Amino acid sequence: MSDRSLVVVSAGLSQPSSTRLLADQLAVATVSALEKLGATADVRVLELRDYARDITNNLVTGFPSEQLKDALSAVAGANGLIAVTPTFRGSFSGLFKSFLDVVDDEALRGTPVLLGATGGTARHSLMLEHAVRPVFVYLGSVVAPTSVFAATDDFAGDVQLVPLRARIDRAAGELAAEVIRCERTAAPDPFALTTSFDQLLAGD
Amino acid sequence: MQFGIFSVGDVTEDPTTGTTISEHDRIKAMVAIALKAEEVGLDVFAMGEHHNPPFVPSSPTTTLGFIAARTQKLLLSTSTTLITTNDPVKIAEDYAMLQHLADGRVDLMMGRGNTGPVYPWFGQDIRNGIQLAIEHYALLHRLWREDVVDWQGKLRTPLQSFTSTPRPLDGVPPFVWHGSIRSPEIAEQAAYYGDGFFANHIFWPKEHTQRMVGLYRQRFEHYGHGSADQAIVGLGGQVFMRKNSQDAVREFRPYFDNAPVYGHGPSLEEFTAQTPLTVGSPQQVIDRTLGFRDYAGDYQRQLFLMDHAGLPLKVVLEQLDLLGEEVVPVLRKEFDSLRPAHVPEAPTHASLLAAREANAAEQVEAVAAGADGAHE
Repeated sequence: MSDRSLVVVSAGLSQPSSTRLLADQLAVATVSALEKLGATADVRVLELRDYARDITNNLVTGFPSEQLKDALSAVAGANGLIAVTPTFRGSFSGLFKSFLDVVDDEALRGTPVLLGATGGTARHSLMLEHAVRPVFVYLGSVVAPTSVFAATDDFAGDVQLVPLRARIDRAAGELAAEVIRCERTAAPDPFALTTSFDQLLAGD
Repeated sequence: MQFGIFSVGDVTEDPTTGTTISEHDRIKAMVAIALKAEEVGLDVFAMGEHHNPPFVPSSPTTTLGFIAARTQKLLLSTSTTLITTNDPVKIAEDYAMLQHLADGRVDLMMGRGNTGPVYPWFGQDIRNGIQLAIEHYALLHRLWREDVVDWQGKLRTPLQSFTSTPRPLDGVPPFVWHGSIRSPEIAEQAAYYGDGFFANHIFWPKEHTQRMVGLYRQRFEHYGHGSADQAIVGLGGQVFMRKNSQDAVREFRPYFDNAPVYGHGPSLEEFTAQTPLTVGSPQQVIDRTLGFRDYAGDYQRQLFLMDHAGLPLKVVLEQLDLLGEEVVPVLRKEFDSLRPAHVPEAPTHASLLAAREANAAEQVEAVAAGADGAHE
């Protein structure tokens, strides 16, 4: 089967980062779910910390550096996206949102997306639903019904027995199914002329 | 090839002194800068049009008329004239008037403006931005070419038997450029009319300019105005020079770091790598500017942004001395030697008048030849 590109965006800031840990678990689970469906996947992980200055510069100047442009192209061209943020002040991190703010308007339209977040306690569990999901709905992405929130406690105990594991597998299965189902079309070229001058003159 | 400067007319605090000049001083400085441009042998002075602080130039034809009276050779232009929010009837009249007073030393660059709130200040709706640019220009184009105009559009009251006055000098409308950063519709508009296309170029990676100029050239040929490499292209540039490049970097850095457009973001080094901004010696400016040709093709007009971000007038005038004495003479010679013979210069009033007269003479000859044929 054809190769699918899977891009993982992790907005964790510390090293090592539990956000990155969750992102990796989601990626591994998605790759194996894709394998069960007969597909292979290239995985590229983007640690937003590495792009922190470039993202700010893009906000200020209106265009990305070469390095950030490459990352944005990977996101725009992905067959599936795993987006994971830490919970800061009850919501996604500023860096995570700033990154989404420099992603091209149409880049994620129709892209299957799996949402993940980490947080100190389970009291933030619905943050993904009330804060992150609406942003991706705005971007026109196909967001997997299951999102994965991991509190610090979830990383404790027997890996195979904790409820987090089951949730990861279910979410990964949903993303894999969408990745197989969705035919991505190329993102529109902002410099392409889409109307004739006669249409422009007529005000159509 | 034409070389000149374009001014935004911003009133910005000088970050090295913490002082901000008055609007009056800024307006007078713009005039001094224009006069200096002529003195050092530049061809073009273009000024922006803005209707909100921190910018002063709300009335370009007043300013350009004043400058016209005090110069002899300088070509006066705009960067840009707001085709969206200005009434095309007023543009037609104001610039025809200026054209007479300046004995033809006038052209214009159309633009849509860079701020949304300006639209309602002039009774317009930003949601019609592109459509205003298209419809208003279509009307302006006719007002300068037809003595009596009947017109009906969607975004302005209809005109019945209207004659805009005065008629353009010698019946030759001012040449028009269309300025844009990333709207392909504007490149298409310029190509459709066979007008010039000016790529802002500064503040953006060169790929933007390359794509837009490429589109314009291709469509210029499509509409039958000539081959793609004969299309009339202008580019912006932004430079700061000292004899010693380290001095240029040291002196310009605080202005860069605090500049309204890109300040507090990328470093000077990053921004000069990513955009056409060049900070260094006159030779570095020469080399970088010659390189624009590699991705824009042979082009007709190069305008530099020299007075912004709070740079004092004295420094700007020194920059113009360097530009006029050390940079432009070399660029003029180099670009001219590189440009093939079939690529035209930017049109001027004199060249447009000569072309029209040559065309008229050809038609007379053709009619005469036709009449001779009828006798045989």
